[in-house]
Amino acid sequence: MSATQSGTVRPAAVSAEGWGWRHAGRAQPAIAGLDLRIEPGERVLLLGPSGAGKSTLLHALAGVLGDEEDDSDETGSLLIDGVAPREQRGRAGLMQQDPETQVVLSRVGDDVAFGAENLAVLRDEIWSRVHEALDDVGLRTAAGGGLALDHPTAALSGGQKQRLALAGILAMRPGLILLDEPTANLDPAGVLEVRDAVKRCLDKTGATLVVVEHRVSVWKDLVDRIVVLQPGSAAGASAASGAGQAGGGVLLDGPPEQVLSEARSMLMAAGVWVPGYVPATRTRQNRPETAPLLLAAQDLAVSREKPRRKGFKTIPPVPVQTGINAQVRAGQALTITGPNGAGKSTFALTLAGLLAPVAGKVSAAVELSEGVGIDPFKWKAEQLISRIGTVFQEPEHQFVTGKVLDELMFGPKHLGHGEERVDELLERLRLTHLVDANPYTLSGGEKRRLSVATVLAAHPKVLVLDEPTFGQDANTWAELASFLSELLDAGTAVVSVTHDQEFSAVLGGTELRLGPVTLGNIAHQEAGAA
Amino acid sequence: MRDALNIRGNHALLTRANPLAKFVSVFLISLVLALSIDWVSASTALVAELALFPLAGLTLRLLWQRAWPLIIAAAIGGWSTAIVAADSGAVLLDVGLWSISEGSLELGLGFMLRGLAIALPAILLMTCTDPTDLADALAQKAKLPHRFVLGSLAAMRLVGLMAEEWQTIGMARRARGVGSQGSPLQRLKATLGQSFGLLVQAVRRASRLAVTMEARGFGGGQRTWARESTYSMLDAWVVLGGVIIAAGAVLTALGAGTWSFVWR
Repeated sequence: MSATQSGTVRPAAVSAEGWGWRHAGRAQPAIAGLDLRIEPGERVLLLGPSGAGKSTLLHALAGVLGDEEDDSDETGSLLIDGVAPREQRGRAGLMQQDPETQVVLSRVGDDVAFGAENLAVLRDEIWSRVHEALDDVGLRTAAGGGLALDHPTAALSGGQKQRLALAGILAMRPGLILLDEPTANLDPAGVLEVRDAVKRCLDKTGATLVVVEHRVSVWKDLVDRIVVLQPGSAAGASAASGAGQAGGGVLLDGPPEQVLSEARSMLMAAGVWVPGYVPATRTRQNRPETAPLLLAAQDLAVSREKPRRKGFKTIPPVPVQTGINAQVRAGQALTITGPNGAGKSTFALTLAGLLAPVAGKVSAAVELSEGVGIDPFKWKAEQLISRIGTVFQEPEHQFVTGKVLDELMFGPKHLGHGEERVDELLERLRLTHLVDANPYTLSGGEKRRLSVATVLAAHPKVLVLDEPTFGQDANTWAELASFLSELLDAGTAVVSVTHDQEFSAVLGGTELRLGPVTLGNIAHQEAGAA
Repeated sequence: MRDALNIRGNHALLTRANPLAKFVSVFLISLVLALSIDWVSASTALVAELALFPLAGLTLRLLWQRAWPLIIAAAIGGWSTAIVAADSGAVLLDVGLWSISEGSLELGLGFMLRGLAIALPAILLMTCTDPTDLADALAQKAKLPHRFVLGSLAAMRLVGLMAEEWQTIGMARRARGVGSQGSPLQRLKATLGQSFGLLVQAVRRASRLAVTMEARGFGGGQRTWARESTYSMLDAWVVLGGVIIAAGAVLTALGAGTWSFVWR
């Protein structure tokens, strides 16, 4: 208690001896036999294949893993400064991946104060910490948004939300900062925002850092040590196979440069984004100069909002982007880029016939519509899927059954044809061994592959993808890019919303850049009206 | 939805009152109005409530924009009561099964006014009260368990997110070929499927949020409050106002001889 009350940070030491953890209801431990020592003030990047138990370790250090009541199982010891994490609340602060769930309260100041309140810090001290923490993460500079204490948290961008979460952690004055894929859901600008804020805060407080991330290049220069965990005993098998695999102990441990050179090929094989590594992908074979036009947007204005009713009046929504013109041609890729809040996803969804245009129009050529009308938004669902397929950013949103095979058969069954393609897709996207698994239990990469396969099972002529490579490891990335390049060569049109320049380079085609629409304003309107 | 009733940037007088005082006031008025079914007490309270609008930063226009479903519901409730209630007095309108008499019309009117008079204080309360301030008052002044109060507050924020999520899942499922067209049975099935998808997402989000809160030290015994919930003279006036409106409604109805307990 004395450390938190005095307001200074005492960097924490971590020690694991033969530590392991089995989650309640699982047969195999998530991680076992871990021996690791982290000295106060060290900055560690934790790598390893999925299933190595990285998140489990971070949760345990944050003291949020399991309860005495449930039947989870701990072996060995895991201590912070010689004491069990659960017995010293606030000694470690944890940031997770999904920005939406890192925000607790609805006003910026209150949210930062939340952790300090829970640690029973005195009121005056809380507010001085809140001011300091917001300054430290750069949310109060004009460039960082210049946020007031009563600014609504709902109106923040993803990068701002993660920095807010960091401020909330800092206000607890923890000696250990734990980051669990903190930038996986952010665009490149957001990634750097968060990384730089973390660096500033560590330089100032000297706190110990443990970060889990696939993208090594982002964190390489900030950390002074990389620890690579063993893959589990059944590496590569999925959690869905029921057994689940136990992550082992430490495979490699040392300064970043050394570990990266020693383990480069092993890390690459595990799908880690090692600096300077762009996975090999298939190259496009044919790039037709002229191809039939399938879909066109004319002077389009888009919004996610429906027209609102105010009493008896209907008020059209404020568009997030206006005046968009675009053409989608068979066998050609169209990449939609632009800053946060420019309406990229909203435009893609409108183009895909899922949102009604606010103004202007989306029209399908006869080659695509085949007699069901010019406006994709008016098509029935089963007419839509065999013409335009859309892969959402979050695969789980699109799961409609409880089994991988049923997921793939769903489209063809409704259409009454195309069931013969399912086996080929299973094979091609390496899902064959998972046919009986529940889609929700798959790993991130498997979910992504499944969501692409299910949409393609209906054999659409236009494929629309919303940030398909967000948070994906290098292996899934390469598979996806190669597969799409094949589809393009075979004549499918691919429209993708992405920040990933290497990915769009593989697909080729044209880029549509949507400009900023007085950024802060729009983001605010979107969130405020929701 | 989460901002539907709360007005951002509202600086009216009642926004400065303690939420608990406002809550007590609203409770008193609603309680008294729930006791009788006459129209005099309801209209007295209604007039008084309308007079309070400026103090809460609410206007009739805003009320209609934000609460029109409630107003229409009250009107429909009144109309059906007038039609269905047993006739007494002169019959004013008779269309086969339906008839409206002086007695049933009075009952229907009373019903409608009462619905409005009970709903309005709650709307006034929400207009001029920030949910965070309400939570602070409930935990610090009413001494409700802070785990419960703050947990509910955090969950309410998720409800807003879920509204967006519902729209996204709807689109994502259309992209899979699940339409909202077809027979009522098909549509019901589609809605059920979408609800299940939302439920899964809600549970995932909620458990992640719970981890976030726990990692920030939430759930311990001792806790301090960054924002102190305080009473001022204004709160005495707010409670007094509630008492006056409640008592005024009863006394006018007694004076007019229309007061009748619901259970009689």
